Amino acid sequence: MTAVPVRRSKRNATRIGGVRPATIVWSVVAVVVAIVWAFPVYWMVNSAFVPNIELQSFIPKFFPVHPTWSNFAGAVADGSFFQALGISLAVTLIAVVGSILFAFLAALAISRFRFRGRVSFLLVLLFIQMLPAEALFIAQYKMVAAAGLLDTIVGTSVIYIAYIVPFTVWMLRGFVAGIPAELEEAAMVDGLSRTGAFLRITFPLLAPGLVASAVYAFLQAWNEFTVALVTLTSDQMQTLPLWLRGFVQASATRETDWGQVMAASTLVAIPVIVFFLIVQGRLTSGLVAGAVKG
Amino acid sequence: MSGVLVRRRARPAPYLLLIPAILVLLLGMGYPVVWQITTSFQEFGLAQQFGKPAEWVGLQNYIGLATDPQFWAVLARSIAFCIVGAAATVIIGTALALLMTRVPAAIRLTLQVSLLLAWAMPIVAAMTVWIWLFDRRRGAVNYVLGLLGIDMHRYDWLSNPWTFFLVAGVIVVWMSVPFVAFSVYAGLTQVSDEVIEAASLDGANAWQRFRLVIAPLIAPVLSIVLVLNLIWDLRVFTHFTFLQDAGGKSSEFDVLGTYIYKVGAGAGDFGTSAAVSILTLAITILLSWFYVRQTIKEDKAS
Repeated sequence: MTAVPVRRSKRNATRIGGVRPATIVWSVVAVVVAIVWAFPVYWMVNSAFVPNIELQSFIPKFFPVHPTWSNFAGAVADGSFFQALGISLAVTLIAVVGSILFAFLAALAISRFRFRGRVSFLLVLLFIQMLPAEALFIAQYKMVAAAGLLDTIVGTSVIYIAYIVPFTVWMLRGFVAGIPAELEEAAMVDGLSRTGAFLRITFPLLAPGLVASAVYAFLQAWNEFTVALVTLTSDQMQTLPLWLRGFVQASATRETDWGQVMAASTLVAIPVIVFFLIVQGRLTSGLVAGAVKG
Repeated sequence: MSGVLVRRRARPAPYLLLIPAILVLLLGMGYPVVWQITTSFQEFGLAQQFGKPAEWVGLQNYIGLATDPQFWAVLARSIAFCIVGAAATVIIGTALALLMTRVPAAIRLTLQVSLLLAWAMPIVAAMTVWIWLFDRRRGAVNYVLGLLGIDMHRYDWLSNPWTFFLVAGVIVVWMSVPFVAFSVYAGLTQVSDEVIEAASLDGANAWQRFRLVIAPLIAPVLSIVLVLNLIWDLRVFTHFTFLQDAGGKSSEFDVLGTYIYKVGAGAGDFGTSAAVSILTLAITILLSWFYVRQTIKEDKAS
């Protein structure tokens, strides 16, 4: 399961001289699609900077002519944003560290050893990866409640680890398998212990795979809504997605202040977009690795 | 070779390495699945919440569902939404992937960056901005439709089940198309230019080239992204929760996820909600079966 780089098509280079009219038509179509697809993201950021008084108008402001930070100030005014940020960071940190550690050990077992039950384990992982939270979250709520862990960071993070581990095992398995065991053995012949060989040779080569998997885990935990909704019930224990929903609901009891809601959404979205752009290539290749032969 | 020896020696090491992952999966997923199965055969309502032991009732929860027209409506709506959403996503995604192969590099990059932005949006932020776009009084969608001569001023998209599901479909397709477009594009770049040029020299037009040459070559990618999208479009609890916050809340606006939540966490009828969960799991596992088979097959082949 190696990463498949998105190769550039060479077809354009083989065209003879000039630009074909068809290319111009397709280019126009492509630009229009690009504008339409990015528009909601632009609209979120735009509305976050347009003063509330201008958003009241029936004619939308397509550009922040009088940009303001007041929507952002309003969104974080009561401090609940920072509380939710802290809880999101804590839940996500535990989920990332836990899932990467467990998945890494499992990936080592799968790609460095042949053992009874190996293929069954892989099959089960593939199935588990597909299970919808919708069909499990009531049971997970009852379980966390029975353990007395409702509204705790631990209760929610453990469920997150279970959701994230299967895919991270698949991702890391490919990376571990990509590093030949012979490298380690050569180092052992040269006098390093097995652990030493692993730490000095394999581990540094694995770093990109670990980073990619960690970012994947971060995105899953940071964006998760369904499980958080049932396991974090108190207002003091909300992750950012729950906080954003509460913020919209609170705003809707008056006239929804869309400027503030968009500012709040922007605050939640920006770190995710940045991380996502770093890791996306690996995510695509991970999910369809088998189907795209490189 | 020592490598072969190391790998073949029977040792407890691999099992020890698997223990943490297996434990957390048993705890986080295994136990809940078992709980759902058991509870779906039990009377587990509000009385049980207050300590009354759950009673075995056999298939009663399932029979109750089978005779409940409201449940059938929710199930039918979920499945229809899932099929239409996934089909639209794959068709549009494939069209955009083909488009990427026909434009100069700079324009392709523009399109890719735009798709990446949509793909990267956290689901909750995407929901709030789409609800704002479809706002009945000051939303950009009604305004732009007005400019195009379609008078939708003050039309409340989220109060009618049909337009509610249309909006949900637009959002789901918007979020899912980028993954399909990138996957299919990666598949298309593996199709060699020579094959396509040979086909055009033989007189194949664009549609024939796609149907007879390109489609068979990217068929494995297409089938995998289709199944993945079918599975993903069944899990739209977050989307529908946000849309219901802003619009219709009755059962006409429900899909399986929100129905399970309302029956279980809302009304406290855990027996029935467990039965619906089990049906949802069954549908997912059925769909996953195809994905797993395909992945294993391709994994072995590579």
